[in-house]
Amino acid sequence: MPEIRVTPLGAGQDVGRSCILVSIGGKNVMLDCGMHMGYNDDRRFPDFSYITRNGRLTDFLDCVIISHFHLDHCGALPYFSEMVGYDGPIYMTHPTQAICPILLEDYRKIAVDKKGEANFFTSQMIKDCMKKVVAVRLHQTVQVDEELQIKAYYAGHVLGAAMFQIKVGSESVVYTGDYNMTPDRHLGAAWIDKCRPNLLITESTYATTIRDSKRCRERDFLKKVHETVERGGKVLIPVFALGRAQELCILLETFWERMNLKAPIYFSTGLTEKANHYYKLFITWTNQKIRKTFVQRNMFEFKHIKAFDRAFADNPGPMVVFATPGMLHAGQSLQIFRKWAGNEKNMVIMPGYCVQGTVGHKILSGQRKLEMEGRQVLEIRMQVEYMSFSAHADAKGIMQLVGQAEPESVLLVHGEAKKMEFLKQKIEQEFRVSCYMPANGETVTLPTSPSIPVGISLGLLKREMAQGLLPDAKKPRLLHGTLIMKDSNFRLVSSEQALKELGLAEHQLRFTCRVHLHDSRKEQETAARVYSHLKSLLKDHCVQHLPDGSVTVESILIQAAAHSEDPGTKVLLVSWTYQDEELGSYLTSLLKKGLPPAPSGGS
Amino acid sequence: MAAHLKKRVYEEFTKVVQQQEEITTKKLRLTKPSKSAALHIDLCKATSPADALQYLLQFARKPVEAESVEGVVRILLEHYYKENDPSVRLKIASLLGLLSKTAGFSPDCIMDDAINILQNEKSHQVLAQLLDTLLAIGTKLSENQAIQMRLVDVACKHLTDTSHGVRNKCLQLLGNLGSLEKSGTKDAEGLAIRDVQKIIGDYFSDQDPRVRTAAIKAMLQLHERGLKLHQTIYNQACKLLSDDYEQVRSAAVQLIWVVSQLYPESIVPIPSSNEEIRLVDDAFGKICHMVSDGSWVVRVQAAKLLGSMEQVSSHFLEQTLDKKLMSDLRRKRTAHERAKELYSSGEFSSGRKWGDDAPKEEVDTGAVNLIQSGACGAFVHGLEDEMYEVRIAAVEALCMLAQSSSSFAEKCLDFLVDMFNDEIEEVRLQSIHTMRKISNNITLREDQLDTILGVLEDSSRDIREALHELLCCANVSTKEGIHLALVELLKNLTKYPTDRDSIWKCLKFLGSRHPTLVLPLVPELLSTHPFFDTAEPDMDDPAYIAVLVLIFNAAKSCPTMPALFSDHTFRHYAYLRDSLSHLVPALRLSGRKLVSSAVSPNITPHEDPSHQFLQQSLERVYSLQHLDPQGTQELLEFTIRDLQRLGELQSELAGVADFSAAYLRCQLLLIKALQEKLWNVAAPLYLKQSDLASAAAKQIMEETYKMEFMYSGVENKQVVIIHHMRLQAKALQLIVTARTTRGVDLLFGMCEKFLQEVDFFQRCFIADLPHLQDSFVDKLLDLMPRLITSKPAEVVKILQTMLRQSTFLHLPLPEQIHKASATIIEPAGESDNPLRFTSGLVVALDVDATLEHVQDPQSTVKVQVLYPDGQAQMIHPKPADFRNPGPGRHRLITQVYLSHTAWTEPCQVEVRLLLAYNSNSRIPKSPWMEGGEISAQAETSIEGTIPFSKPVKVYIMPKPTRR
Repeated sequence: MPEIRVTPLGAGQDVGRSCILVSIGGKNVMLDCGMHMGYNDDRRFPDFSYITRNGRLTDFLDCVIISHFHLDHCGALPYFSEMVGYDGPIYMTHPTQAICPILLEDYRKIAVDKKGEANFFTSQMIKDCMKKVVAVRLHQTVQVDEELQIKAYYAGHVLGAAMFQIKVGSESVVYTGDYNMTPDRHLGAAWIDKCRPNLLITESTYATTIRDSKRCRERDFLKKVHETVERGGKVLIPVFALGRAQELCILLETFWERMNLKAPIYFSTGLTEKANHYYKLFITWTNQKIRKTFVQRNMFEFKHIKAFDRAFADNPGPMVVFATPGMLHAGQSLQIFRKWAGNEKNMVIMPGYCVQGTVGHKILSGQRKLEMEGRQVLEIRMQVEYMSFSAHADAKGIMQLVGQAEPESVLLVHGEAKKMEFLKQKIEQEFRVSCYMPANGETVTLPTSPSIPVGISLGLLKREMAQGLLPDAKKPRLLHGTLIMKDSNFRLVSSEQALKELGLAEHQLRFTCRVHLHDSRKEQETAARVYSHLKSLLKDHCVQHLPDGSVTVESILIQAAAHSEDPGTKVLLVSWTYQDEELGSYLTSLLKKGLPPAPSGGS
Repeated sequence: MAAHLKKRVYEEFTKVVQQQEEITTKKLRLTKPSKSAALHIDLCKATSPADALQYLLQFARKPVEAESVEGVVRILLEHYYKENDPSVRLKIASLLGLLSKTAGFSPDCIMDDAINILQNEKSHQVLAQLLDTLLAIGTKLSENQAIQMRLVDVACKHLTDTSHGVRNKCLQLLGNLGSLEKSGTKDAEGLAIRDVQKIIGDYFSDQDPRVRTAAIKAMLQLHERGLKLHQTIYNQACKLLSDDYEQVRSAAVQLIWVVSQLYPESIVPIPSSNEEIRLVDDAFGKICHMVSDGSWVVRVQAAKLLGSMEQVSSHFLEQTLDKKLMSDLRRKRTAHERAKELYSSGEFSSGRKWGDDAPKEEVDTGAVNLIQSGACGAFVHGLEDEMYEVRIAAVEALCMLAQSSSSFAEKCLDFLVDMFNDEIEEVRLQSIHTMRKISNNITLREDQLDTILGVLEDSSRDIREALHELLCCANVSTKEGIHLALVELLKNLTKYPTDRDSIWKCLKFLGSRHPTLVLPLVPELLSTHPFFDTAEPDMDDPAYIAVLVLIFNAAKSCPTMPALFSDHTFRHYAYLRDSLSHLVPALRLSGRKLVSSAVSPNITPHEDPSHQFLQQSLERVYSLQHLDPQGTQELLEFTIRDLQRLGELQSELAGVADFSAAYLRCQLLLIKALQEKLWNVAAPLYLKQSDLASAAAKQIMEETYKMEFMYSGVENKQVVIIHHMRLQAKALQLIVTARTTRGVDLLFGMCEKFLQEVDFFQRCFIADLPHLQDSFVDKLLDLMPRLITSKPAEVVKILQTMLRQSTFLHLPLPEQIHKASATIIEPAGESDNPLRFTSGLVVALDVDATLEHVQDPQSTVKVQVLYPDGQAQMIHPKPADFRNPGPGRHRLITQVYLSHTAWTEPCQVEVRLLLAYNSNSRIPKSPWMEGGEISAQAETSIEGTIPFSKPVKVYIMPKPTRR
């Protein structure tokens, strides 16, 4: 029985460290290769020894697919390919291929330079790893080998994020990675055609949330920034370098443009500048507005947003500053925060979630006095705002995608177990498909019944079609032919051709049958009587009386002979080929019933 | 009479052709080589199919007259039978279709042939084309029942074809020609009328998506033709909603909509439950579901259709805006709900804290329905869609639904306000317009107003002006709201001073709509103090004027308000009442002299007497036809004067009065020209006297062009009269030229041209000829055969007598007629500072103008720049430069590029607007010309222009280049 097996090495009932193994049609594919943000020990990377204890990974995996550049989806890639050892192809989209090494390098720097970890992958390893990458385009069908093919769909979420369809023969799996079903200021919404995969592996971060319209949040955000700037205050927006930061930049940039505002907007330099460059390049991956207007002006070539310099923080007058990192726990954003916190005209907007213990979390929970290092107490007079901009599909979005793809079954990953439970129940109830949510290391096995395509020669098809009415999609049709299985493909051909191809001689199979008739007349007369009898019965068949005294019905031969012992009995010899079995047996049964009495006075 | 006339016309027409052969000495105007013969020769010459195809393609470029169609068709059919190449046959078949569409040709003679060849045809493509031809024939002969039935029969026979193209065409044919009567009755010829609906319905489940689409389209076509579709189709259509192909889904959505409009009150069961709902509600739910379809084409379609489903119960309607929010399985309120609560609790604008939107109560997991919940949140999705086309469609639908339901309008307000922030300007603009349209139904809350006013700072002028229009008709609930609006508008004024007029107008309406809310604000706004006199504000400050406009308009219906004014306010009132009388109403100020006594509110304009007067004076003119020339002239002069004065006094009658006056003026000129005593003088003596007559002819021509193209609402019956007048003017011109020129050749050409004009007139207005009895043209057509054969001198003589005899035609007044007018707002032409630029380079001049009652301004309105050296330049503004702020009103905002060689002194150029016209556009187009490049050129060509705005002078100074 063919089957699809799925084993999450990471992201099973968990967020982070996405890594899912899929076996389909004898092929093994690894989906994503991420790290976990919560751990600093071995647990941060997936346990690749699950795949093989001592063999080379390359022999066990046909390919690796990376959905997007977030570290929880690609963070373990250099470790996996260079340190554990994998030489097969790694597939990702072009933007992911461009941005991924920047993030990996940043991650490496923090781990090695700041935390002083040993036994971590090196810059060279990142480069080597990226050499194994094969870039794919949207909707491009890539043949990994003769049987395995993959295809990328747009997923929204971040620049270059993609959903992948993995297909072997007629069996297929769709893996969504992270995706977003509502468009935002710089990216469009995820889309997939009705590909009807056997299995849909979807993320479920917001399995139990239905979100409000984005517009209110955007409007609130803009209004707050605008008011503060008009008052002459300064706005600090702590962000992570990639993803949301670009969305907020576009939002502010267009607003500034629309409202003719003059206050400067700054973006703290570093990593972001490089990334912005790629955003400028990959216009086709952005949303409708940016794609349509980039001929006049590329939206990512910011007019109002300039690079930030440390000295600008003390400048008088209003300004808006985007600074990293996003949780105000260190670095530039914290420095600026300290400078500005004392003035009630200023404002800090937290655009995302903050981990407990960070400054961001403290101020969000309403603390107005902060103890900084060196026993300093920082009094916060500036306004603190929280705005959540998240780019995952909510429960409705997930359901929408399931509805669009129409899978046979669904598998949930990348979410909390409790929330998945709810969504699982909903999916089973509303789509009536089976739904799975395996934990890490747990294997789901899905029996499939793949359809086997059989080729048919046009001549045969036309011949068989000519015999009946038009083919009706709802009714099966009977068709005579020979099935040839050769070199693992199947063909249906006419029997003559099959014989010719296989070099076999044709054998004829004939049935003969004797029927005894009580008839005292001569053979010829009996034959004539049989002829007239059959002629009257079988109106739509060709009945002939041959000169040698035999009667043929189509290709069936009937001969009358005198019985050697009993002259009052005639023996009818009926002979037919295998192909005419139906008609032949019908004829014999007819003849066995006897002939109708001869017309009186006929002779 | 009409039939008789027609017959006569045709007789003469044929005569024309015959006489061509008889008189060979005369240059003939119609020399038509036989089309069919030429084609026949060409096709016989063709050696290969490619050749033949070329000939056919060439042939198709030229039009074919109705009388030669039949011959051409025969030739084509003949070749069709001989032809082996399917591509040539295909072309022939398509030509047959085109030919059968020719006006004046009855295609029933080729139908038998077409059906015949259809039966022997093997190629699927040719078959499809032939069916298309049959469709063309069938639509042409839509009255003939028997033919229709035959064609339907043919279509049914080919429905089982294996090619999707053929099936498509068959279905199309059925949709267009299928009988609308109930089945069962037998026709005289024994052909049973087929139940087309059932036959088409069977193809809803065809294996080819294109055929499925065609089947749905055919069904829709049946509906359009007036057949009542069965309700059973509804279920079939619902199944098609989950089709794999977007065209099918898109068509199915339409079909569902149609059925829901036909049977809104039927009851349908809800699957998997025992409940039942109205069909229209069910359909609404289904279409709402399609708003989140995978294909944006379907989404647009669905969103658009939602707007027109007005019978939906309010319960379902309101669901579309409701998206049950939850976070972590706990119920959450939307930002809108929170804003409302915040506002109603009296606490306005509080700094929000983290966790303010924290989810409240737990949600019952079983009760949450993530999909299939009918209408739930359809608009929330639609407004958030990725494609702006969908968003616009959703906004439009919202608008239409809100106009029919005030409770829905109230609910959708928040969503519309959100759309003000869309990233695409078009969507923002659309939502502002929508809001304006529904503003009668709603009252703005303060927080909503706040958001709306935020958009006033938008850098796009369109957005700001749309917003001003919105504020004009918005209802504000509190005095703080009014104050807020005023403050924001003043802010807008300082940021964009060009918005001055628009803002003043906006404040005028704001004031007059909310007098009681303005009242408590007056002391603050005028900064008066109970004890101290405050400084007198600057009268020229636009912001101060803006405040005054608001207050004065409020004071109009609030008599207590003037008591709060200080002395200088009254002075300013008097000044503004004079200078900006359209913005400042007349106030009754107690204890003071009425500043403007001229307009007293008691005298309301009486429409009837003036209209009556107009009618009477016109009737007087028309009835007095046979008065002595002197009397007629005088009467005409008086009437024209009366009409002009009437037009000035009564703005609503201005269009009619001007229009009639122009016509009378033409008549007057004509009479005057004909009354010249010198007509009888011998030609040589006449020479110097001809000025008056030829000038009159020229002026009449101009007037007629103005009458035809400068008035909106002119109907065909007026156009005939106008053209008739022009024809007379042309005749006059011809006579005058005949008298003044010696050369026969020139005259000959003119004569011929004139006769062509007559011919053209006849062809265009053949239907109206019966109304023109005893007129100039009527007599002219009577004498047409004689005119054609006679010499120019004779023609002139005949024309002269006929002109004198012709009667004065009665001009029927159109229902609604308005004269096109334009005002250039910018450049204002007041500046003394010349616009300096380097010679040879260009300078852009912003032109802003309002156009009233201009039809199709995109193609007709041009800008003319007249340089001091007499050089004139015509600029065609882009279609996108025109905006349509209201019915009959347009606004042109464009840039005109000026350039010239160096001047020594700054000088003024004139800028004005022209109305371009082309009278040839009335010629009915033949089907051959559709989409041809020749016709496109003909349409854009300009025959002449009429200036219709006051010229504005702009001071410019091209400097010599510095080296």
